[in-house]
Amino acid sequence: MEMTRTKEAGLIARILTGEKELFHELIRPYERMVYLTLFSIVRNETEAEDGAQEAVISAYRHLASFRGDAKFSTWLTTIAINEGRKRLRKAKGAAEDSIEEKEESHEGDYTPAPLTDWREIPLEALERKELREALRGAVAELPYIYRQVLTLRDLEELNIEETAEALGITTGAVKVRLHRARMMLQKRLVPYLKTTAPARRSFFGRAL
Amino acid sequence: MKLECKHVWEHISEYIDGSVDAKLREDIERHLEHCEICSAILDSTRNILILTADDRTFELPVGYSERLHERLAKELKSAEKDSEKE
Ligand SMILES: [Zn+2]
Repeated sequence: MEMTRTKEAGLIARILTGEKELFHELIRPYERMVYLTLFSIVRNETEAEDGAQEAVISAYRHLASFRGDAKFSTWLTTIAINEGRKRLRKAKGAAEDSIEEKEESHEGDYTPAPLTDWREIPLEALERKELREALRGAVAELPYIYRQVLTLRDLEELNIEETAEALGITTGAVKVRLHRARMMLQKRLVPYLKTTAPARRSFFGRAL
Repeated sequence: MKLECKHVWEHISEYIDGSVDAKLREDIERHLEHCEICSAILDSTRNILILTADDRTFELPVGYSERLHERLAKELKSAEKDSEKE
């Protein structure tokens, strides 16, 4: 899905020399990424959409300051994160950030749930709204710093270095947060891992 | 070296990402061969991550893309007017 870097660089050069309409094309592969980044911070659909629009407009206005040494996707993610943080501060007061950052130093339980009897949840099960809600809920409940790293790395598929760069933290911190986020997620979803098989049905279509 | 389960758990995330070194990878794999619990933790974590990353799990609001490009079109137009004035 991602454009090659050369093609992207070409597009950016043309936009900056006046072919502004091409910005639509440049941004299209990253629409989902920008929205998910905002959503991971503000956790509200309307607020995330408004923020995504602002972030994209801001990226357009500041495109001339984009340097080719970073990837465009990372640069754009940084803008989206800043927009999200701005909105969060506005909504909850300035205290929020400092409280959230401290969570990392808390000794928590980040061990996975040991399973002996579990069933793989097939992708088709995502047709069930209940499962989608459970997954979203489990992510939403993660503490901010873990939710953010998981979103960039596992949902948007940035690599470790890009995630670190976008968040302004070390790759070591990314790995620690990611590990904890994944373990918390596994633990929270255990009930679904144990009960995903649909009720068995008899030949007559009734649940046994 | 024989690994304990707890030691394996500490490296599950990095193991999934393929970023543990060759020696540790080998030790983990040897452990997984005979440890059902660690295998289940690894596989279930992978399973959960695949489901979470699926586009259906986090859906975009209906009409999100259209509204985004409309807004952008307006911005491009107004920027054009500004440059004409100059
Ligand atoms: Zn084990």
